[in-house]
Amino acid sequence: MKNWKRAMSITAAAAMAVSAFALPVQAADEAFKIGSIGPMTGAQAVYGNTVMNSIQIAVDEINEAGGINGFQVEFNPQDDEHDAEKSVNAYNTLKDWGMDLLLGTVTSAPCIAVEAEAANDNMFLLTPSATAVESIFGENAFRVCFADPAQGTASAKYIGENKLAEKVAVIYDSSDVYSAGIYGAFQAEAQNQPFEIVAAEAFTADSKTDFSVQLQKAKDAGADMVFIPFYYNEIALVLKQASDMGFAPKWFGVDGMDGILSLEGFDTSLAEGVTLLTPFSATAKDEKTQSFVNKYKEQFGEVPNQFGADAYDGMYILKAALEQAEATPDMDTSELCDLMKAAMQEITYDGITGHGITWGADGEPVKDPIVAVIKDGAYELL
Amino acid sequence: MSILSYLINGISLGSVYAIIALGYTMVYGIAKMLNFAHGDVIMVGGYVALTVMMNSGAHPVIAVLAAIVVCTVLGVVIERVAYRPLRNAASPLAVLITAIGVSYLLQNVVLLIFGSSPKSFQSVITLPDLKLAGGSLVITAETIVTIVSCIVIMVCLLTFINKSKPGQAMLAVAEDKGAAQLMGINVNRTIALTFAIGSGLAAVAGVLLCSSYPSLSPYTGSMPGIKAFVAAVFGGIGSIPGALIGGILLGVIEILGKAYISSQLADAIVFAVLIVVLLVKPTGLFGKNIQEKV
Repeated sequence: MKNWKRAMSITAAAAMAVSAFALPVQAADEAFKIGSIGPMTGAQAVYGNTVMNSIQIAVDEINEAGGINGFQVEFNPQDDEHDAEKSVNAYNTLKDWGMDLLLGTVTSAPCIAVEAEAANDNMFLLTPSATAVESIFGENAFRVCFADPAQGTASAKYIGENKLAEKVAVIYDSSDVYSAGIYGAFQAEAQNQPFEIVAAEAFTADSKTDFSVQLQKAKDAGADMVFIPFYYNEIALVLKQASDMGFAPKWFGVDGMDGILSLEGFDTSLAEGVTLLTPFSATAKDEKTQSFVNKYKEQFGEVPNQFGADAYDGMYILKAALEQAEATPDMDTSELCDLMKAAMQEITYDGITGHGITWGADGEPVKDPIVAVIKDGAYELL
Repeated sequence: MSILSYLINGISLGSVYAIIALGYTMVYGIAKMLNFAHGDVIMVGGYVALTVMMNSGAHPVIAVLAAIVVCTVLGVVIERVAYRPLRNAASPLAVLITAIGVSYLLQNVVLLIFGSSPKSFQSVITLPDLKLAGGSLVITAETIVTIVSCIVIMVCLLTFINKSKPGQAMLAVAEDKGAAQLMGINVNRTIALTFAIGSGLAAVAGVLLCSSYPSLSPYTGSMPGIKAFVAAVFGGIGSIPGALIGGILLGVIEILGKAYISSQLADAIVFAVLIVVLLVKPTGLFGKNIQEKV
């Protein structure tokens, strides 16, 4: 027993010594070290995993094509289980690893916590998918996706300007900052638009299986359109339950709805004629989208949702900005961050989530939302 | 008219709670332990049925049977590995904590095997919906099947426990484990049988839950599990008819609270009602008031 213990401790010591020697060699900064943080386990795992897989695809492509400014890219994904505290721990882990840039975090609430640290460190942060306004409050932070209010406002404008409906009911998840944020902006903009909100019904994360009451109230209020700013998993249930009760209004969703058509076992005829505002469509015919979607399907066996598209674009946006800044990996992170801040405002990016995207000093992307209608089980862009 | 449709919706939600609560209450009644992993066994049942239907295109009945077999085995294994060694632990909390551990274990194992993206479940029930009053009131076939299954299961359980020999052994174990053992009852086997039946019921509940609300993820079982636990306590934990009544009442209260008070406060209302019931009748609606002998 004693010998066994001794052998163990010697092995452990040897391993530590080797890694101690190994570290300085790696730290010679021959590659851009890009970290990301997101929920890879837990209830939100679907978002984190899609983001990490998509970044990996982009990183592999970039490395294969010769890297950025002649340097290879190293990618390190960390799990935060959609928990702010764990997210900050993951951020510290990445800093110890020698991260140059953070392409994250994936979800809003942890991103707010990490951004507080990153702003302090002057670490450049580009979140692919955290939509809460506060997720990028510092000057060091930018985002790929729309902020929550932007989607709500754009939806209300689109419905009003195209006279899609007169009486609109809203169902939203009041326990989710994403859904509640979109609803808030939608409601504010609706006052300037020629339609009326006849019902606004909430649900919470703890009671998101039964929507019969919310639907009944929308029906009783005479709504001809229902606005559903939440995720596709719940939307699938809402559409099924509405069809069961014989309620057939027009439906209008936002980017969280993307993914519904690839939901395994979902009867896509339920989503026929649904309009949604989304920056990404997996069925778009352009070459970039098809190449990304096919690679994703090949490697991970699923169709990526808009989180993946945001992340894939995010990696290429970093590449564009690094090239604009003519940055090298040996730069100090704070110096690199200052260069990136300037570069982000100079570049114009064409990707799979939008064309001619530009950024202001506030870090918000300027791009047009894409509106799609579901026809015969596929998106038809309007 | 809308009050009627709210009532129907409440009953259909409640029938799902009731069928989950039956398993909860039975295990508690006999083994005197809260099996917090019950909700997750339900989720496993859903995944098994889905996998069988998707991969082999088998008839739904075969899928349900497969789910029952897998869950029964799973229940017995969980009991043997995680609960039995702790049954005589110094603190009854030990087994409670283990149950929470098993719950997380099941969630994460399923997450590893099936991935995190939610799956849409195809209803195993192909009967037509019942339409009343010219189509303005719809009772789905799932609701009818769930309620009928609840009643059938309840009657079978009651007959089994009160009339059959293993059932009598369960009652004896529930009364006093030590004395039952002295009378020649194999306590371990009796409790294992309880878990087997409870987990088999969980599989049925899982399939019916997913048929009514066709979305399946590794976390599908946790919230309905907690609500069903509340329903079981509401009806008087350990009482089998209590689970049925408790489940249906809980569903109706939840829906009516959402409809007439506030859709955001639905859960707060449910739990407030629970507190009031427990204050007035601490053993629940159908609970037996047993005095602890010192």
